[in-house]
Amino acid sequence: MPWSREQLAERAARELRDGFYVNLGIGIPTLVANYIPAGMKVVLQSENGMLGMGPFPFEGDEDPDLINAGKQTITELPISSYFSSADSFAMIRGGHINLSVLGGMEVSERGDLANWMVPGKVVKGMGGAMDLVAGVRRVIVLMEHVARDGSPKFKPSCELPLTGTGVVDMLITDLAVFSRPDRHAQFDLIELAPGVTEAQLRERTTARFLAPHRG
Amino acid sequence: MATSAAGGGKVFPNAAAALADIAHDGMSILSGGFGLCGIPEHLIAALSELGVKQLTVISNNAGIDDIGLGLLLKSHQIRKMISSYVGENKEFERQYLQGELEIEFNPQGTLAERIRAGGAGIYGFYTRTGAGTKVAEGKETRVIDGEAYVLETGLTADLAIVKAWKGDREGNLVYRKTARNFNPMMATAGRITVAEVEQLVDVGALDPDHIHTPGIFVQRIVQGDNYRKPIEQRTVRKRSSHAVVA
Repeated sequence: MPWSREQLAERAARELRDGFYVNLGIGIPTLVANYIPAGMKVVLQSENGMLGMGPFPFEGDEDPDLINAGKQTITELPISSYFSSADSFAMIRGGHINLSVLGGMEVSERGDLANWMVPGKVVKGMGGAMDLVAGVRRVIVLMEHVARDGSPKFKPSCELPLTGTGVVDMLITDLAVFSRPDRHAQFDLIELAPGVTEAQLRERTTARFLAPHRG
Repeated sequence: MATSAAGGGKVFPNAAAALADIAHDGMSILSGGFGLCGIPEHLIAALSELGVKQLTVISNNAGIDDIGLGLLLKSHQIRKMISSYVGENKEFERQYLQGELEIEFNPQGTLAERIRAGGAGIYGFYTRTGAGTKVAEGKETRVIDGEAYVLETGLTADLAIVKAWKGDREGNLVYRKTARNFNPMMATAGRITVAEVEQLVDVGALDPDHIHTPGIFVQRIVQGDNYRKPIEQRTVRKRSSHAVVA
């Protein structure tokens, strides 16, 4: 059984560590915030200029001056701070953020990521994704393992225009989790979704990866 | 640099008066805000009324239909946008597909830093952002300590329009929460910077230690009234809910 959106987010949350500063992308990555373990201190950064992002406001408490990078209304916490977009990306580019979780369209076996543009379709822009993958110390990508037509999205090289080269440290799909010890290494298969076999996974994957604990 | 209001002060009676003698066809304009948060809504409306055309607008986003920069798009006043993300605007999409509008996408952090650099008199900077991607095409790239970097240049404009929460008659500005975003850098990078504020206060009313944008960067200031401050994505939680996000 493939993992659900919530399970992907829950799995990504297991990579959080106490004291981490974390940037969560739009979509499924945002859901990771729901699975921060109780008692663990994680500070969420929003690239439009906030550290210490709080939950959605109670109805009636929305403030148009207080939104996240997905333009959603949010709240502040006692630890929160606000700053300019230049300071925000100094945090991101300067390696001060521990972890970035973002969505993907394609990931290559060398850890290249494509997630901002499909030729022939209307391009909306890359937003902060290129800065995040270039600067954040650890990058986790969440995506469906195959495209709607069943074609692999984890492949030898990306065909879509790139967001960054060699930047992905961990890939979590609805079928499996891949990780690598450093950005020059190959990806290891470290987990399979319940009921998914390695053979089934390899049928849906053209990227090369290692399965060190699986003979 | 900028012509001043009667009496030599920076305060103008309204947005149209602050822009009337400086807005012109073909000019470049830095426009603050992220989404619809912290946008100079009265100054944008004034540009719409003044009808200046062939504008190059530098702004992280392009507003939505009929709101923010969407107003200037609808009236075909914008020739080119420099932005990082323009997702929420149907009219933008239509004009772009028809070839009526030019767009230059910059990564968001690169855009912020280009404006910061421009305002600070820095020609350019090398960044890892965009190395090995379309963004690097046609730009100088360098390998430093084994990592690829792209040369990005500083960005300034004929005019910057920014929005702050409070401002004083000297042009000192204080922003509120995430409405700060691109406004502080843009204020530094306009050859003329016009600020609109929700509260215009007397000098001395703002704590000098709490000023975000010093008045040297602001040539003209107006107080806006009846702010619309639309919300793009109204997300709330039930008082009983434990979920942090929907």
